[in-house]
Formats: sequence, C-alpha cells, structure tokens
Amino acid sequence: MQRIGVFVCWCGTNIAGTVDVSKVSEALKNEPGVVYSTDYQYMCSQAGQDLIKNAVKEHNLTGIVVCSCSPRMHENTFRKTASAAGLNPYMVEIANIREQCSWVHKDIEVGTEKAIILGRAAIAKLHLNAPLTAGESPVTKRALVIGGGIAGIQTALDIAEAGFPVDIVEKQPTIGGKMAQLDKTFPTLDCAACILTPKMVEAGSHEKINIYAYSQVEEVNGFVGNFEVKIRKKARFVKEDLCTGCGICTEKCPQKKVPNEFNLGMDNRSAIYIPFAQAVPKIATIDPNACAKLKTGKCGLCERVCTAKAIDYTQQDQIITEKYGAIVVATGFNPISMDKFDEFAYNQSKDVVTSLEYERIMNAAGPTAGKLLRPSDGKHPHKIVFIQCVGSRCENCAEKGKEYCSKICCMYTAKHAMLTRDKYPDTDVTVFYIDVRTPGKAFDEFYRRAVEDYGVNYVKGMVGKVIPDGDKLIVRGSSLLDNKQLTIEADMVVLAAAIEPDKTARSLATMLTASMDTNDFFTEAHPKLRPVESPTAGVFLSGTCQGPKDIPETVSQAGAAAAKVIGLLAKDKLTGNPCVAEPNQLMCNGCSSCERVCPYGAITYEDKEYRMPDRTTQMRRVASVNPAVCQGCGACTVACPSGAMDLKGFTNKQIMAEVDAICK
Amino acid sequence: MEKLENIQKEIIRISGVNPKKCMQCGKCSGTCPAYDQMEYHPHQFVSMLKSGDIEPLLKSESIYACLTCFACVDRCPRGVEPAKIIDAVRVIVQREQGKSRLKADGIEKYLDEEIPGQALVTAMRKYNK
Amino acid sequence: MKVSYFPGCTLKTKAKDLEEYALKSAKALGVEMEEIENWQCCGGAFTTSSDEIATKLSSVRALNSARQKGQSLVSVCSACHNVLKQTNHAIKSNLEFSQKTNNYLKSENIEYNGETEVLHFLELLRDKVGYDEIKAKVVNPLKDLKVCCYYGCLLLRPSKVMQMDDAENPSILEDLVRALGAEPKYFGFRNECCGGYTIMDQKGDAKGKSKLILDSAKKAGVDVIVTACPLCLYNLKKNQDGVKVVYFTELLAEALGVKE
Repeated sequence: MQRIGVFVCWCGTNIAGTVDVSKVSEALKNEPGVVYSTDYQYMCSQAGQDLIKNAVKEHNLTGIVVCSCSPRMHENTFRKTASAAGLNPYMVEIANIREQCSWVHKDIEVGTEKAIILGRAAIAKLHLNAPLTAGESPVTKRALVIGGGIAGIQTALDIAEAGFPVDIVEKQPTIGGKMAQLDKTFPTLDCAACILTPKMVEAGSHEKINIYAYSQVEEVNGFVGNFEVKIRKKARFVKEDLCTGCGICTEKCPQKKVPNEFNLGMDNRSAIYIPFAQAVPKIATIDPNACAKLKTGKCGLCERVCTAKAIDYTQQDQIITEKYGAIVVATGFNPISMDKFDEFAYNQSKDVVTSLEYERIMNAAGPTAGKLLRPSDGKHPHKIVFIQCVGSRCENCAEKGKEYCSKICCMYTAKHAMLTRDKYPDTDVTVFYIDVRTPGKAFDEFYRRAVEDYGVNYVKGMVGKVIPDGDKLIVRGSSLLDNKQLTIEADMVVLAAAIEPDKTARSLATMLTASMDTNDFFTEAHPKLRPVESPTAGVFLSGTCQGPKDIPETVSQAGAAAAKVIGLLAKDKLTGNPCVAEPNQLMCNGCSSCERVCPYGAITYEDKEYRMPDRTTQMRRVASVNPAVCQGCGACTVACPSGAMDLKGFTNKQIMAEVDAICK
Repeated sequence: MEKLENIQKEIIRISGVNPKKCMQCGKCSGTCPAYDQMEYHPHQFVSMLKSGDIEPLLKSESIYACLTCFACVDRCPRGVEPAKIIDAVRVIVQREQGKSRLKADGIEKYLDEEIPGQALVTAMRKYNK
Repeated sequence: MKVSYFPGCTLKTKAKDLEEYALKSAKALGVEMEEIENWQCCGGAFTTSSDEIATKLSSVRALNSARQKGQSLVSVCSACHNVLKQTNHAIKSNLEFSQKTNNYLKSENIEYNGETEVLHFLELLRDKVGYDEIKAKVVNPLKDLKVCCYYGCLLLRPSKVMQMDDAENPSILEDLVRALGAEPKYFGFRNECCGGYTIMDQKGDAKGKSKLILDSAKKAGVDVIVTACPLCLYNLKKNQDGVKVVYFTELLAEALGVKE
C-alpha cells in the first residue's frame, strides 16, 4: 500500500480565488492511502518545496500528489523536489487545478468540487505508479539550420563560434534571404548589404559551417540528439568545386529573358545565373525551365565559354543523409500575394508596387540601378502614395488577408518615405495609415523625423481604391482627422503588403512534428519563457518563421536559438523520457497495428522463439519498441487490439483508475 | 433613451452587422462614391451605431445618398459591411408613417423620355416605404 | 440548351435593344430563352435588411418558377440579376428569412429553398456556351473596334454573393469582346458606380460620377463603351460627348450577324 502525501497549492489567488484550497486538502485526506494532506500559498517556492521534502521524510511517503498548475509548468520542478527527498521522480502526480479548473470556473463551489475530483483521480493513478528510470542516449554534435537568411546565418555563426559544426540548408542558390534584397535598414539607415554580406562571407568561409545551397530538407527521422535528415541537393548543372563564379557564362548565355527573382521580376536574368554579385556560394546555376540546352538539347554555349570546365548538363539531384543533434528552423517569410487586393490595382498597373519591390527600385543593384523611376515608363515619379496595412489586420471572414499585424511595415514605410524625400525633394510623399506602430528603440523618433524633418505627409485613414487613369493613378482615400475624402493623382503607389511564413514551412513542420499556429507560424514551447524552442525536443526556432519580426529582433532570437543549441550539443548524453511504450510480447498477436500508427518509427517486429503450453516451441512475430526513439505519445496503446501495448507511467490500468475515480 | 437603444439593437439585428469588428481604418469612406453627398460618412455610421449615437443618423439625409454600390462591403478589411447599416437605418426611418421621401404623386417632374423604368422602381424602393 | 429567362420591366420598355439583341444572339448560339410566365418586377434594388420580406417575394416566385422547370434562371439586366442572386443567397443562407418567405408563399403552394442556379446572360455565355464556341460562330468580327467595358457595381458586388468574376479586376466582358474580334481597352473606372438611381433627384451628383467614367474611357482611346445595365447606359448617355455607349448584346448580335 502506498503512503501518499497531497499538497494543494493556492498559486496566490490564481487557484485560491475560485477554489477553496483548505477544503480540497481536507477532503483528499480521506482518500485511501493518503497519510498527509496540506495546502500552501506557493508550492513551487523554495518554502513550498521544503514543505514537501519534510513531509516525505516525516511521514515516510512513497508518492506525492501536487494539486497545482498544469504539469507543463511545474511537473519537472516537483519531480526534482521528490528526487531530492529520496523518492523516484515518477512517483509524483500533478492534478491540474489551475488551467483546467480555477481559471475556467467562476463559482467557488463548483471549482472546489472539481478540484477535489481531479485530486482524487491523481491519487487513484498514483496507487498504480511504479518507479521509472530514464535511459540515456548519446548526442550527435552537429546542428542543422534550415534557411539561410539573416536568422539562419546568425544562428549558424553563433553555433559554429562555440566550436560545433553546422550545416545550413537553403533552397535558393545563395544564402542571404530577404535582407539581401533590402536597401537600407531602419532606424539607423545602415546599408543592408554592407552589414549582411560580411556575415554571408563569414558563414561561407567558416571552417565549422557547411552550406547546402539550392537544397531542401526531404525527410527527418530520429529524435533530440539523434536526428537523421535527408537533404535533396538540387542539380545546378554546374560543378560546385570547379566554378569560380567569374560570370562569363551568364554574360554569354543567349536566353536573357528570364524574370529575375532577386529583383522580383522587375528585370530579367539569363538562364544560367548568379543571383547577385555578393552571392554565397558564388556559383552559377542553370535554370532547367529556361535553358535551351536542357530543354531541347540545342545550345551548349555556356559549356564552351567556361574555362573552368564546370558546366555539367548531366548533373542529377543528390540525396545527402546526415546526422544532427539539433535542428533550427529559420524559414523566414514572404509578402502575401496582392491578387485579392486589386482595389489597389496591383495587377492593373505596373506603377503599383509592393514595398519589397520599392526596396529593389531604391537599391543601387536593383533594376533601375537605384534611381527612382516608375516601372511603366521609366519616368521619375513626382507624387507617391504609400498604403499601409494591405492584408494585415484583416478579419477572418473577409477571407483575404491576415488577422495579425505584420509589425515591420510601419517602420519600413517611414524609411521609404524618408529616403524618398531625402534623395528626391521634388517628390511629394503621402502615407495613409490606420495606426503608426513604432514600439522599438529609436523607432518613434525615426517616424517623427520622417514627418517633421523630411516633410512626409501622413494621413490617418485608408485608401479605398486606386484607379489607373491614363498615366496617373487616382488614389481615393479618407482623411479621418479632416473628415474628408481625398483624391490624389499619384505617379506611383506603394503597398505595404502583409507578410506570411514561407510556403515550405508547413511541410517542414510535418516532417519535424513541430506544431504551428493557424497562420502557419511555428509555435514556441512557451510564449514567454521558451520563445526559441519548439515544443518538439531538439527543434529550435529562429526569426520570422515564428512570427513577424524586424532585423534586430531576428538577430537576437537567432542568437538565443544558437545558445539553446550549444547548451544541448555541449552535453555528451541526454536523459530520455522513461514514459515510453512497452509491449507485453506474450499478448502480442503480431498484427502490426502499432507499427502503422507510430509517428516516430519507434516500433519494429521481431521473430522470437516461445515455449508453448504443450511444450513445443514456436516462432512468433512480436512488437518491440526502441525506447530511445519512442516519444511516449500513446498512439500504439490505443491501436493495439489485444491490449498488449502499454505506456509506462500512463498504463491503461492507471488511466482507467483515473476515469473510475472521476466517475465515482 | 430606451427607444434609441432599442433602435440600435434593431439596426444591428436587421443589418446583420457587428460594428464592434470595425478597426476605424476609414477604408469604407475612402472608397465611397457618394462621400461628398453625405453629412455622415460610412465609417461614421459604423462608429455612431456602435456608440449608440443613433438620433443624428435617423434625421440625416445621408441615408438617401448611399448608392448601394457595395464598394464598402467588398473592400472592408474587417467584414463590417457599412452599406447594410445605412440600408437598415433607412428602412427603419421609412417604416414610420409619412416618412417616404418620394411619393408617386408628382413623380413626373423627375422623368424624361429616356429614363429607364429601372431608375424609377429603384428610387421608389429606396425612397418609399 | 433551354433556360428560364427573367426579362425585367426595363427590357420591355426603354431597354428593348438589350433584350432583342440578347434573344437573337442566344438563338444563334443554340440557347432557348424561355420567358417565365407572369413575372413581376424585381424592384430594382435588393434591400439588405433581413426582415424585409414582401419586397423580395417577386424574385422568389421567379426563382421558383425556374426550379419547377429544372432550369437555370437567366437575366440580362444587371439590376434584375443582382436582386435575383442576392435573394437566392439570402434564402440559402438565412434560415429566418427563408422560413418567413415560405410562410408568405404557402397560399400559392410554393416552397422554395434556393435550389435554382441564377445566371447572368454573360455567365451563360462564358460558362455554358463558352467563349471559344462564340468565337467560332462569329461571322462578322469586330475588327479594329476599340471597346471599353463598363461593369458598374451591380454585376460584380457584393462579390461574395455575386461570384461572377474578380470584382476588382474583372475580365468577363473583356474576354467576350475579344472573342468577338474587337479590342478591349482597359480603363480604371470600369467598376465605379455611375450614380445609379440618384439621377432621379440628385441629377448633378450622378452626372459628376458619369463624367469621371466617360473621361477615363476617352483617355483610353475608345470607339464604344459597352454596359449590361440600362441605368448605367442612361447615366452615361446623358453625359456623353462623342463616345458611343451601347449594350454588350448589341456588339454580340452584330458579330454573330443577327443584328438586323
């Protein structure tokens, strides 16, 4: 018979406000096996933990039930407490009387009654607990960073600097990401390329960093400390070890009419191309959809002009399998499509551009060599209207935009407006805004400078419609403060398009079994306290894949993710979770149901010799679980038709005991 | 006071619009082709309905300026549908006896040779109970 | 192909062209437009308030009559189409409205729950006949004719209900014009309101709106503006100086060689 201690936490007024904690403690005293029961203001505090430790010793407890917050919050804390008091840490049960009780009830009587029932269920389960010991697994001391934008680059550099090898997988032919496309960065107006390219070069030349550019993650297996990842290295049709990046092939290539992704299609590139001058790795890539040689077999000019003999039209995709201890997701963002916002005429006029396109137009390496010229006729615009919140802050039922604030648009719009006025004082700039959101160091000051020093005309209101009319764009919007409808004949309109996670993030999340929110941003393990870890052990988050962020925030988070990875890779062994599945092989009928439902591939079948009641021996096919791979999800225990599969710490009997206690 | 509160509820009910969803961006008023003919503009209909400031709306000619072109309904980023509020206010005003804006008597003065029946029936529907 | 046809009052009076050319063209394309019996005026505008029942009954009767024949209900006038489609949507999506409406119609032995497919003549041409088919039947291609397609509001909005085209960047008229051999000319004001029924008592304001539309079309360098709405045609014609405004059905009939 167990000797059980019950500890009811007030959590200040969090629990005590809607649950009569002393009544709960009193009621649970009468449960079978309970030899001690008490309540305390903050059970997780040092004093609270000491109270538990003393009670364990004084009353010779064999197990404890803590009625407190969610086990996600403090189960670990109390397991350590039990351990310190000489108990097996798995002889601790948590009854969640906060999130699932006090926070959802208003009536103290109802709350108290439910808390007692939850406590009773935990006690019933604890009676069937057995001490468990966690196994250990080794750690592969190598990290994978998925995405080579500023987030991925910074994370990789920080990990590499700590001495651990890192691979970066980037789907584009070069690392650099969105930041490489930016002109200047707010609020200091540093040139984006000037601060990014040294980091790209550093990543490219770091002895601990290996870059798989033009590559994609295809498959992820394993678990924290022991991931095995398949990476598809797409054929560039150029031998990486031979190409010098001289660029002669790109000049000679006769197919020059391919829309240039780097300049968002505002100019063209050749079929064999290097995305931009500072690309890392600086290696040419043949676009198989545009190359005449690959499509028709006729041409081969690049091969003839390449003095390095790097062209290889027969190159195939390569699959690389590599082991990692930790994985960092840094898949970044894209502006949303403007197709559903054509009241702003993006699809009807070339002179309506997105902010990222405007960024390229302002950039010296962009399609206009940095001159502000409008796309339709190459003329200098004298009147520009910026529209904020295009697709951000939309209600769900509007079915077109995003519900969230994209966070970075207010600042980059202020930047665009300011830079435009600075370089071209003859250009009149109007910004339509709903709110100007500038919470950041030196952000509001920056915005005020745009208004006060540069004469940017900020109008509180929204544009309803942009009407292309001849060579003008008639912008109709409201000025809420003047209670007027404005009509502006503009030469150019710039849309601050909402941002969304990269489209590849969803399939990657599935491979990683990492969770996402409804907007396809990766969810963090805890929104405040574990912001760079995903709930899946060993998977970390860096940059905008987790939510809209500007560059300083991205870099901070990238460093934080790296610190977490370093902490993990510094360990030689990881203590596993002992709550894993375990088959009773005598009952197993070899049906494979469990193997099919296991999301981690932890279950295999083996043939084993069994001595039968009639004294013959028989070979039987039975399930076996790799405890290092099993994550303890319990899917197999439900799928098993013969009840042979059980989850340690959550056995079928324990769960039924809990249910019985609740239904009593 | 109570009567106005009731009218406020009535407008919300028959228009099916929830004015609390509005984020005051002003896009409806930015897009309204009848803006200059209105004393109260589409965004004001939403905000005054929300705050319960109904009386001025009931008295305003603005309800007859709305063309029901549904531009605000289509373009509202929050799915608020201001035109339906204006329509509901108009319907409530006109349901009171004698509040029809256009009477069949004397309608000849608005007509010419070519004016389509459609204009006439639409105006009668919009201006008349 | 046989469909039910709801003409509406204006097509029988001031907009006879719109109907005549539509019917002739339909015939040439092998579509039989069966005018429904005893149709009543749609009312010209759909009142969005959900407790307005009586004003929508005429539309429900028309919709029901098409359903009884198992046919789609086609109209050519933008306003009729808008009212019919919005009424049909209300019946389908608002249970209270549909119950009250059916209570009214019990005495006529009608029970209608939104089963009928409501089509504008343009949708019939695009989705049922097909523009390629029309192109093949053009005998008199409208070569070198520059056409601005004016949509107005009723054809497109509210877009969630009408679902005819991208309401902000439509192409259903342009694509038709192209199939007829003419050259569609883009102009920005094509889905802006013409001023509508306010021409009745606020003439000046409606004129201002039409003028913007006409000026914009003129800038595009156009021979003719087409529309599907009698009221749009009236408003634009009132203010036209030099630009011809016709119904799209007229160009269609001309190209198909059935105008005379």
